Amino acid sequence: MSFGTVLFLILALIAVVSAVGMLTSTNAVHAALFLVTNFVCIALFYLGLNAPFLAMVQITIYTGAIMVLFLFVIMLLGAAQVSLRSTLRWHGPLAVVLVLMLIGVAGVMAFSPAVNNNLTSPLALQEASTAFGSPQAVGEVLFSNYLLPFQMVGILLLVAMIGAVVLTREAKKPTRQPGPEESSPAGE
Amino acid sequence: MEEIAFLVPTSYYIILSGVLFAIGVAGVLLRRNAILLLMSVELMLNSANLAFAAFSRTFLDVGGQVFVFFVITVAAAEVAVGLALIVTIFHTKRSIDIDELHAMEG
Repeated sequence: MSFGTVLFLILALIAVVSAVGMLTSTNAVHAALFLVTNFVCIALFYLGLNAPFLAMVQITIYTGAIMVLFLFVIMLLGAAQVSLRSTLRWHGPLAVVLVLMLIGVAGVMAFSPAVNNNLTSPLALQEASTAFGSPQAVGEVLFSNYLLPFQMVGILLLVAMIGAVVLTREAKKPTRQPGPEESSPAGE
Repeated sequence: MEEIAFLVPTSYYIILSGVLFAIGVAGVLLRRNAILLLMSVELMLNSANLAFAAFSRTFLDVGGQVFVFFVITVAAAEVAVGLALIVTIFHTKRSIDIDELHAMEG
């Protein structure tokens, strides 16, 4: 077993254990920190896959921005304690059966010879140049072949930002036309 | 750094990606807290990203990495809107348990 394989297995173990920890923790803050661990593991996988640009994006956006947003909301709502119990009793066993079926189908797909004709060979067979996956190479493709999707993603981010602001805005009562419905108690 | 995981077959990455995706699905099915639900969705998106990056390395095509970039951007937008929804729901109902959200029931 080569050094790379051992390193992969250790990182994969950390990733799976932290994901299971996220799944089973009863404290939302702990769940968020488990997820950060998982994201850092995936960033390390990106480094091993000749994708240093993606590794840096993963660290800055996922563990830097998105998870901090999660932690902000958890602290803001004071909802750190979450229960594991569901109100429906048949819910848990059914979910476990469905997930096991999903893993089975995924395993059959991954090991089927019709699907992975050349995936079981080590990655070293195809030698990558040092320029592959560098920020320069990714940027050139991003701004030439994928220019339109890039612009659309920019618009999507703008729409999401405006949507988040509109959704969390305090609902103002209309005060221009005082009607009879104004006197009714503002029940929520 | 150049030799970290190059000797690992691509199928290892695909299996790991499948296992992480299944854990994310289990989170969506089992947990009833809206914040943990969103975290599980993030986990699923990340496992798909890992498969994208692995295939990108296998076929030496940068397009896979560009797609990971797009998926991360869409995930950021999704989290922004989702957390705004959660905050609004919490202000009106004092709870983010999704089993208690049945205002839209017919």
